[in-house]
Amino acid sequence: MATYDLAVLGGGPAGYVGAIRAAQLGKKVIVIEKERAGGTCLNWGCIPSKSLLKNAEVYQHILHAEEYGITTGKVSFDFAKVIGRSRNVSDRIAKGVEFLLKAKKVDYLVGEGKLGTDRKIKVKTADGKSQVIEATNVMLATGCLPRVLPGMKVDGKVVMTSREALEMKKQPKSIIILGAGAIGVEFAYFLNSFGTKVTLVEMKPRVLPIEDEEISDLLGKNLAKQGIEILTDTSMESVTASASGVKVKLSGKNAKTIEAEALLCAVGVQANLDGALEAGVKLDLDRGYVKVDGRYKSSMAGVFAAGDIIGPPWLAHVASFEAIEAVNGIFDAKYQPKKVGVFPGCTYCQPQVASIGLTEAAAKEKKLKFKVGRFPYRASGRAVASGDSEGMVKILIGEPHGEILGAHIIGAEATELIGEVGLGMTLEATADEIAGTIHAHPTLTEMIKEATEAAVGHAIHI
Amino acid sequence: MAKEITMPALSPSMTEGVLAKWHKKVGDTIKPGEVIAEVETDKATMDLEAYDKGTILQISAPEGSKVAINGRIAIVGEPGEKVDSFSAPAPVASAASVAKTATSSAPAPAVAAAPAVPPVNMGRVKISPLAKKVAAEKGVDVTRMAGTGPGGRIVRRDVEGAGGGSGRVSVGIFGGKPIAQDGVRPVSQMRAAIARRLVESKTTAPHFYVEREVDAAPLAKLRASANVALEMAGEKLKLSVNDFVLKAAVEALRRVPGVNSSWEGSSIRQHGAVHLAFAVALPDGLITPVIRNAHAKDFRTIAREAKDLGAKAKAGKLQPEEYTGGTFTVSNLGMIGVERFSAILNPPQAAILAVGATVKKPVVASNGAIVPGERMSLTVSADHRVVDGLMAGEFLKALVEVLESPGVLLM
Repeated sequence: MATYDLAVLGGGPAGYVGAIRAAQLGKKVIVIEKERAGGTCLNWGCIPSKSLLKNAEVYQHILHAEEYGITTGKVSFDFAKVIGRSRNVSDRIAKGVEFLLKAKKVDYLVGEGKLGTDRKIKVKTADGKSQVIEATNVMLATGCLPRVLPGMKVDGKVVMTSREALEMKKQPKSIIILGAGAIGVEFAYFLNSFGTKVTLVEMKPRVLPIEDEEISDLLGKNLAKQGIEILTDTSMESVTASASGVKVKLSGKNAKTIEAEALLCAVGVQANLDGALEAGVKLDLDRGYVKVDGRYKSSMAGVFAAGDIIGPPWLAHVASFEAIEAVNGIFDAKYQPKKVGVFPGCTYCQPQVASIGLTEAAAKEKKLKFKVGRFPYRASGRAVASGDSEGMVKILIGEPHGEILGAHIIGAEATELIGEVGLGMTLEATADEIAGTIHAHPTLTEMIKEATEAAVGHAIHI
Repeated sequence: MAKEITMPALSPSMTEGVLAKWHKKVGDTIKPGEVIAEVETDKATMDLEAYDKGTILQISAPEGSKVAINGRIAIVGEPGEKVDSFSAPAPVASAASVAKTATSSAPAPAVAAAPAVPPVNMGRVKISPLAKKVAAEKGVDVTRMAGTGPGGRIVRRDVEGAGGGSGRVSVGIFGGKPIAQDGVRPVSQMRAAIARRLVESKTTAPHFYVEREVDAAPLAKLRASANVALEMAGEKLKLSVNDFVLKAAVEALRRVPGVNSSWEGSSIRQHGAVHLAFAVALPDGLITPVIRNAHAKDFRTIAREAKDLGAKAKAGKLQPEEYTGGTFTVSNLGMIGVERFSAILNPPQAAILAVGATVKKPVVASNGAIVPGERMSLTVSADHRVVDGLMAGEFLKALVEVLESPGVLLM
């Protein structure tokens, strides 16, 4: 039985990052992970899905090779290999995380950990043995699992969550995707690109409902043009699954019954504390999420929490930020941990969508004074040269000081472009600094500058 | 990697600091935020906090040594690490090289070893562009602000807190609004004349100053009773202390005429007439109207002319002959409570009299008892090319004699 300065339950982007931070501070740390280091992000989320999307992009590029003057023969693909590549990517990166933990001298234990009332963690390892980990501080970073709607039974073949969908053995001819958030939209793009007939059902009036209205409207139109059937303002009433497919009864704007070979439930996530707490451990929870204070401390002495398990936004980069802040605070009483403020949100379908800060509607609701600058991809030399002329950069500039309130991008490489705006917001750059920065020509980043100049009334190229 | 600890700029005007005391010695470990030494600046003795952690490998500036800002005072690193790669500590900087360091380092990145939160910001202020704009609008002084951003960077919330009066930095009942609008204004003709003449005076005429206190009680008493009498007689004239001082100055000049002279390079001009100038404050400067031939005017005429010229001066209606050709000037700031001051000569005159307020204070009476007294300070600034100390002293003596028996002035 070893005594640690910090024991972390969960090895995802919150857990492993927080653990490494603690090790950097010279602390003795252990990470206890039920499955495999890297968490949802690396194993069942961000990374494998990006791999699949890349396959879809490559396939689409080849299908459209004629536009670039390239003649191809008959193009075909092997769906199992598409999925296989994605799994290989995850395997490789997961190993990387394990290596990192070792290199940073973080102990790593695979097993099911259970936090007791005495703050000791009983860990049952795969070989059936159990051991007790004692630590001065515990950080819960157990994350979330896909949420399943009531009355739905996930069988992994016909009815899936993102987790099963990432391991699909066979490409469905048709699929109904419930939920047009980032996960639903990405799978819709991926499967549609490979020829699956996709029906995307969303309860709210728009796809990517949390994004800026203008941007998600553009995305909805674009996805529809690609052949995805989009049913917004529509909810699932009931689902009947059989070996050959599903029947989904819908209500709302598109009240009807639709059928498909498969169903993907992508309606969000739920807190995952399953089996992590011993009976008798009382933690203040809010809808299943661990309630924490300004120092990421839970209601139980010495127990902290970070990442998806403390609630939205459920994003890997937010989870890592929280974990680092929490750990900094745990080991330095004088340090005031920061809470998540501005963070980027990205959806990796094509065209990509990325945003940071306030949407136009939110800025209006806050009664802020601001100007909107827009710059279309079709006016960017770089975008047109690449054949990526669809899209828009939209930026909200506050008045009178010119601060960046938010930015919303749809189009090629949007998820990479948003970084500049994020840095600008963190550094409190104003329109003057963005406009005053020489952006390389020709690049897509010029559009950030041009949109900013458009907001303050002197864009050159539009 | 071993690193240098350098002398931080602990005040805006600091160019060098004296390493007053070391709290650490070679081999001691230090951590960020720990006080490692005391540094004496031009303003105060301040604690020097460590910025890096490690072990002190070398003390480059012994106690008592003067080090220019950014000059090395110690080397910190891992125990046993070699410090050969560092140059020998810079010798105590000469004044010239200090000045050079100070100016050439102005646009450079923030001082390396500055404590985490500098007491007074120096040179470059770490501030976000947005915070800078908000601060400019609110008139917040960011040079004395500790930011809450990374490395003490001032961010929007810091200046927003400071400006509204409700935030982190309390500004009390006086408010935190700018005291005036920033800006430049052209120099008026009058200000240009003041600048030109006074620079000439202060740089070419070797000033010296003599000062005496006069017992102002008799003067106060006389003035009060005279004003009562004037009022009873239906006269509109009200006598001021300055009226008495003006007349007294004329009489003192009569007794010590050498003071009523001018330096003319190869000669000294003695003025036979007293053209008595007196300073009148104006919205953008001052002017010295001249009572012509004051030596030939009685008290009442002087008092009346002073009043008329003062009013004309304030209305901007003085004719050139009414403000030129003075031979001696009286400047009185007593009415706003200034107890004593020294005036700059009004060239080409050889002397000027500065008059302070009448102040109640304990004085030692002739019998040795301490009694309440009313005292007024008189300071003569004189051009030593023309007037020597003895003459200035005699002039003051005469002035005091007349003012302490003020009745004579009315005759």
